[in-house]
Amino acid sequence: MDLLEYQGKQLFARHGVPVPTGRPATTVDEAVDAADEIGYPCVIKAQVQIGGRGKLGGIKVAQSREEAREHAQAILGMDIRGLTVHEVWVEGASQIAAEYYASVVFDRSAKAPLLMLSTKGGMDIEAVAEEDPDAIARLHVDPLLGFQDFHGRRLAFEAGVDADVVRPVGAMLAKLYRVFVEEDATLVEVNPLIVTPEREVRALDAKVTLDGNALYRHADNAGLRDLSAEDPQERMAKERGLTYVKLDGDIGILGNGAGLVMSTLDVVAEAGGRPANFLDAGGGSKAEAITSAVEVILSDAKVKAVLFNIFGGITRCDEVARGLIEAFDQIKPDVPFVVRLDGTNDKEGRQLLAEADLPNVHTESTMDGAAARVVELAAKASA
Amino acid sequence: MSILVGENTKLCVSGITGREGTFHSLRNRDYGTQVVAGVTPGKGGQDVEGIPVFNTFHEAVGDTGANTAMVFVPPRFAADSILEAEDAGIELIIAITEGIPAHDELRVYNTLRKNGRARLIGPNCPGILSPGKANVGIIPAAFFKQGNVGVVSRSGTLTYQIGNVVAQRGFGNSTIVGIGGDPVPGSDFIDIISLFEQDPETELIVMCGEIGGDAEERAAEYIAAHVTKPVVAYIAGFTAPPGKTMGHAGAIVSGSKGTAKAKAEALEGKGVRVGRTPTEVAELAVSLLGAGTHS
Repeated sequence: MDLLEYQGKQLFARHGVPVPTGRPATTVDEAVDAADEIGYPCVIKAQVQIGGRGKLGGIKVAQSREEAREHAQAILGMDIRGLTVHEVWVEGASQIAAEYYASVVFDRSAKAPLLMLSTKGGMDIEAVAEEDPDAIARLHVDPLLGFQDFHGRRLAFEAGVDADVVRPVGAMLAKLYRVFVEEDATLVEVNPLIVTPEREVRALDAKVTLDGNALYRHADNAGLRDLSAEDPQERMAKERGLTYVKLDGDIGILGNGAGLVMSTLDVVAEAGGRPANFLDAGGGSKAEAITSAVEVILSDAKVKAVLFNIFGGITRCDEVARGLIEAFDQIKPDVPFVVRLDGTNDKEGRQLLAEADLPNVHTESTMDGAAARVVELAAKASA
Repeated sequence: MSILVGENTKLCVSGITGREGTFHSLRNRDYGTQVVAGVTPGKGGQDVEGIPVFNTFHEAVGDTGANTAMVFVPPRFAADSILEAEDAGIELIIAITEGIPAHDELRVYNTLRKNGRARLIGPNCPGILSPGKANVGIIPAAFFKQGNVGVVSRSGTLTYQIGNVVAQRGFGNSTIVGIGGDPVPGSDFIDIISLFEQDPETELIVMCGEIGGDAEERAAEYIAAHVTKPVVAYIAGFTAPPGKTMGHAGAIVSGSKGTAKAKAEALEGKGVRVGRTPTEVAELAVSLLGAGTHS
């Protein structure tokens, strides 16, 4: 779960990471009030989960009340690469003497947290990593030992931060590591981490990703989900306990098991089709789950044909067939379905479908055959 | 021969009194697995159709000599249960549970590695099946028979799909190992492939990878340097968009890292044949083994 900048900063503040004072606002009046309270100059920042918002006009400095109103009006409601800005963060403007980069990432390969620090802050760190990898100091932390002060010193000296801020930068890294562990984050990134002319260090931005599997032990964080950034179909699926990812094609896909569904998308693409979604109905799906899944898939108006690819292990093919029959009864879909049932109780499932004689439902016995058929039907529907 | 589970497996199931735990423990026993104990704190002294239930792993191991654990408890209790099994001296722990917090997995992984006593398979995996010998987990055993193809996979149903095509061509499996779809699997491709390499029954290895992480790339290096048996690979997720989690917590392309294309190229670069569809993988395996003579 990705947090908005200000949510990350509020999390930082709770752990003692220095951040500029600020307030969130959802209306122009609220933003102006916040600016008045914080004082001028202040910065008005669009809260969207996307990089490069500054270049697209999503971050503006206001020298006065009038400017704060003008900028808030411009930013609230603006579209940044497809995302509408519903919220701004108003914070005191910072003077910048130096810009660094700091992060704690979950390194899957090393199975340990990875700390990174660079004096090349304020720019795209992936580009820095590519052009000048030596500019980023890196260090793995043994998760059983946790962060030690020497980790901070080593990184600060290796990265070459100004000598007078080695200690405060190290202290900030210690606190960022604490956020990472105590909040169950999988990413904590500060870019830029600034040094002010008074030689204070501060997190000027915050990018935090929390582990959704750990939200049960963070009641405060569970409410931070950004509903506006979620696709409506994805939200609908989540509420029904289905794993759904929206894609941009026109062939609806349902399968059981994440690997098999991913593979189904690939096989459909290989056959010349374009999948509209990823939907994993999960192991042991009952009829109701299947009915619900059909509703989610068809709520995407672009879908011209649907493929069911089931290999029954714990999932029983007769349950899937019952769910599909129920879905046809309730929703009366007007697009063709291709159904491939294999595995546990496949004969019973195919028998049920044959007896129900649903309009425009085609059964196939292999995954490749089913993919070819659905691609053909979708193409016919578009013609 | 087979790897990891077989006739000598003595299984203790954590969460045996739960609905899923009971169902699969009994299914595993019906298959022939020695299910010697279960653990549910507070239900010690009861039994599940004759399988004795203990309050702790330590009691279960002491009384029954269990050497393998299967973990079926909900995610918030799973890390603790794995650590308890290890502390009690269990050598092989198979964690089926999906949804364990990533930091818990990190702590468990590093603790087990440091102690060096137990091997963990999973979490978020379908388990291990050695056809004709033992089934530990939720793999539908009916589709597989004994043979010489070793399978290691990050995905359950995809394994059934590929295994089924291989079986239809008359081949069987030495062992099928689901290593799971989480970001920090207890065992990765390399761990399992090295066991297959040493297993006399296994003549060919099929590995099923997917997007996310770099386990497939590291496996490619390992195979080139250490594996003499033929390896056929499949990678799922060529069409997965970056930044989206495709069902498995570990199946995500981050930035430009972890793409299916990069993985397939890494494997092919090291001489591993990669099938573009599950059917193609099965065909490749069959053609390498010869026309059904080993069945």
